Amino acid sequence: MTISTDALTVGYHGTAIVQSVKLTVPHGKITALLGPNGCGKSTLLKAFANILKPMSGDVYWENQPLQELSAKHLSTQLALLPQTQPIPEGIKVKDLVAYGRSPHTGFWGNLSTTDLAIVQSMMVQTNVDELADKLVSELSGGQRQRVWLAMILAQETPYLLLDEPTTYMDINHQVELMHTLRALNNQGKTVVTVLHDINQAARYCDHLIVMKAGVLICQGTPSEVLTTEMLQAVFDLKAQVHKDPVSGTPMCIVED
Amino acid sequence: MITPSRFFLFSTLLLVFLALTSLSFGAVSLSFLDVINGFFEDSEHYFTIHEYRLPRTLLAIVVGAMMALSGALVQGVIRNPLASPDVLGVSHGAGLAAVLYMTFLPDASTNWLPEVALVGGLLAAIVLWLLCGTSSSAIKLAITGVAMAALYGSAIDFVLLVKPLEVNNALLWLTGSLWGRGWPQLTSLLPWLLLIPLGLGLAKHLNLIDLGDDSAVCLGTKPNIIRLISLATAVGLTASCVAICGPIGFLGLIAPHLTRRLIGGRHQVLLPATLFVGALLLVIADLVARTINPPIELPAGLMTAIIGAPYFLWLLFSLR
Ligand SMILES: Nc1ncnc2c1ncn2[C@@H]1O[C@H](COP(=O)(O)OP(=O)(O)O)[C@@H](O)[C@H]1O
Ligand SMILES: [Mg+2]
Repeated sequence: MTISTDALTVGYHGTAIVQSVKLTVPHGKITALLGPNGCGKSTLLKAFANILKPMSGDVYWENQPLQELSAKHLSTQLALLPQTQPIPEGIKVKDLVAYGRSPHTGFWGNLSTTDLAIVQSMMVQTNVDELADKLVSELSGGQRQRVWLAMILAQETPYLLLDEPTTYMDINHQVELMHTLRALNNQGKTVVTVLHDINQAARYCDHLIVMKAGVLICQGTPSEVLTTEMLQAVFDLKAQVHKDPVSGTPMCIVED
Repeated sequence: MITPSRFFLFSTLLLVFLALTSLSFGAVSLSFLDVINGFFEDSEHYFTIHEYRLPRTLLAIVVGAMMALSGALVQGVIRNPLASPDVLGVSHGAGLAAVLYMTFLPDASTNWLPEVALVGGLLAAIVLWLLCGTSSSAIKLAITGVAMAALYGSAIDFVLLVKPLEVNNALLWLTGSLWGRGWPQLTSLLPWLLLIPLGLGLAKHLNLIDLGDDSAVCLGTKPNIIRLISLATAVGLTASCVAICGPIGFLGLIAPHLTRRLIGGRHQVLLPATLFVGALLLVIADLVARTINPPIELPAGLMTAIIGAPYFLWLLFSLR
């Protein structure tokens, strides 16, 4: 059970953004997608989720091209937290989280007691259960981000694709989120997440994938990937790499 | 926001009350007892109640409900509070087609009016789509739609000027009136009621479309197909009503918007609830239009426009 791509080229309106990417997402791990703004991280995630169709090459889920799988089946395997989310009008937090059960409910979307229990426990897990009866439109950005996370967790998929899940969150909630991701990983979920903070990625993730201008540059464990050469080549950054005194993982410190 | 059960209880009671009121008032006012007796053939009020006020009241309920659902479907997929069949020009497109049909084929059967109006409404929707594309801003869509509606309106005026057939009748029809509508019109609307369950059946998918297309896809729905079915259903609902009552302005805009404020945006509740709100609004509008200055009857469409136009402007200005 895994996502892989072969010679994947994908983009918008005939313009290729991600080019000839070949990779396999390591199963059972937390993988971070890194790269400068506009390098195609979101585009790659959307291709993983079958939102964008490949211009050439393929994305595979369990060695089957995504196009051959039904949307319904895929929605029980992969869940995506998009980078930006519209704000639905007049929807309560608990209703939004319940929308995550859609792949499992019937025609009218009725929730069984099991569904309701799952919705409740996901709200607890992301710490939004106290907001359950509030309108989504009345929340702060960080709160909304956690509500959406609860929504895709309610989908109960083995794979999670997260596009910048820490945006809008204060540092405390960012750390909490990384712990939540680890807890989910320990429950057996595979996580692929776009992160902005390289040190956060190195500290909390098992595997890093680095992209630049739509091309895959390198991938591996944080200590394999996080080098001064890589930072220079990809981010155009003069930085030193040191050992994090607390976790022992590599961290970069900008020189100038 | 109020709870759905309270909403449905309250609106059912209100609807029954208003329907009875609507049966009592008009050119002559009848007592409650007269109204009840009027359902039976031996009553002196049988004609007034059974042949005249009852079908008209029922028609107001059905048309109001259909137009409101139509608006809710459009607002649901376009994610835009300004969108509604009349604002987008669909109603006037349907109206223009109907006028052309009546003018140039005076001998043709009026039974086909709903289908003709449907073609006009669909064409208007397609024209708007060609002009704006799928990802237009709320304002652009609304302004283009209003402009197209004005254009179709002028075309209607032009046709009526050059071919002044039964201008009076047509004019009355075009202002959106329930005057003189009875059992035949109500019967001809019946098959189109099937569009109501079809629209309600989209509830789950419309919820997901609210979350954005990317999320909707990941939750297992197909946004483009849902959008197509929704809009086609909405055009069908509007066109069949327009064929009978003319374009009753702003109902499809106000009713779903008001409903959303009352009971929230979950479509499993919003769609059924908007049927009630639409029915209530049109029954009230028709009642006021009939009783404000009897025996003169104003068109119900005039009433909805008096409330609707300021509401629309307020919405337009409150959009950031
Ligand atoms: N919907 C879109 N239509 C056209 N171009 C887009 C669209 N979304 C993103 N792009 C372009 O694709 C490139 C990569 O975008 P994206 O994948 O969002 O980058 P990242 O997530 O790495 O910051 C950018 O140059 C952006 O302008
Ligand atoms: Mg991005």
